[in-house]
Amino acid sequence: MTCTEFLAELGEFLDANVSVGLRADLEEHLERCEHCVITLRTTRKTIEIYRNHEIYELPVSIRERLQAAILAKCKKGC
Amino acid sequence: MPIIQTPGTEEVHPDILLVNRARQGDVQAFEQLVKQYDRQVFRIAQHITQNREDAEDVVQDAFLKAYEKLEQFQGNSKFYTWLVRIAVNESLMRLRKRRTGRMVSIDEDVETEEGSMPRDLAEWRPDPEAQYGQSELAEILRKTIQGLPPGFRVVFVLRDVEGLSTEETAETLGLSVPAVKSRLLRARLQLRERLSRYFRKKDEDGVK
Repeated sequence: MTCTEFLAELGEFLDANVSVGLRADLEEHLERCEHCVITLRTTRKTIEIYRNHEIYELPVSIRERLQAAILAKCKKGC
Repeated sequence: MPIIQTPGTEEVHPDILLVNRARQGDVQAFEQLVKQYDRQVFRIAQHITQNREDAEDVVQDAFLKAYEKLEQFQGNSKFYTWLVRIAVNESLMRLRKRRTGRMVSIDEDVETEEGSMPRDLAEWRPDPEAQYGQSELAEILRKTIQGLPPGFRVVFVLRDVEGLSTEETAETLGLSVPAVKSRLLRARLQLRERLSRYFRKKDEDGVK
């Protein structure tokens, strides 16, 4: 397996969506390719960082104002 | 989220129970749905519109539209996925209003090869976020994701940040499953490449 072939399957590998056979091939490639190990590890970390950090927070005051406005309109039948 | 199992019946998602109550005029049931999902809707809208005021308007409009259309909700998809689809459409409409005369589509700028082959192959620090303060990190993450083509960004946000499945993301955006997979991988690799600048190990970390 080449690095290009590995990269083509990286998304499915990250999502644990590969067959047993393909998984073995991908892991075998990782054993001898440090670059792909780094790419895999840092891509996984990228996803984790975006998932764990709220970058657009909705302040409580605005949230409450929006909720109140939505519900007032719903009560009036929109 | 817990699934309520009623003996002898199919599993019913708690949201469906709230939707059914809201349909019968129980506004408090709808209030629960609003409180449960308003932050997610805001984040998605902010990622698409890149404008805080628009994103706040989208939160209102998306929930009001959902309330009006509750009768049309079939229950064969999750309420959350259905709501996200409304929020994405409302966000794109806001974007079109701001950029009058210019076509706005999530298909824009996807013909790029950038990031498809990793260039920065440096190892990252073990706990890369720790070297930045909370607000500094948020700024880095915002700046980085804002640089993605819109069609990649929205796929990454729905799939990896908001937790929709590949199929749900495809359905929400009107894309094929292979198109979602391809964009997701490109988005992930482009973000990785750009974040590497901030998170890579430095010489002073002991790398020879």
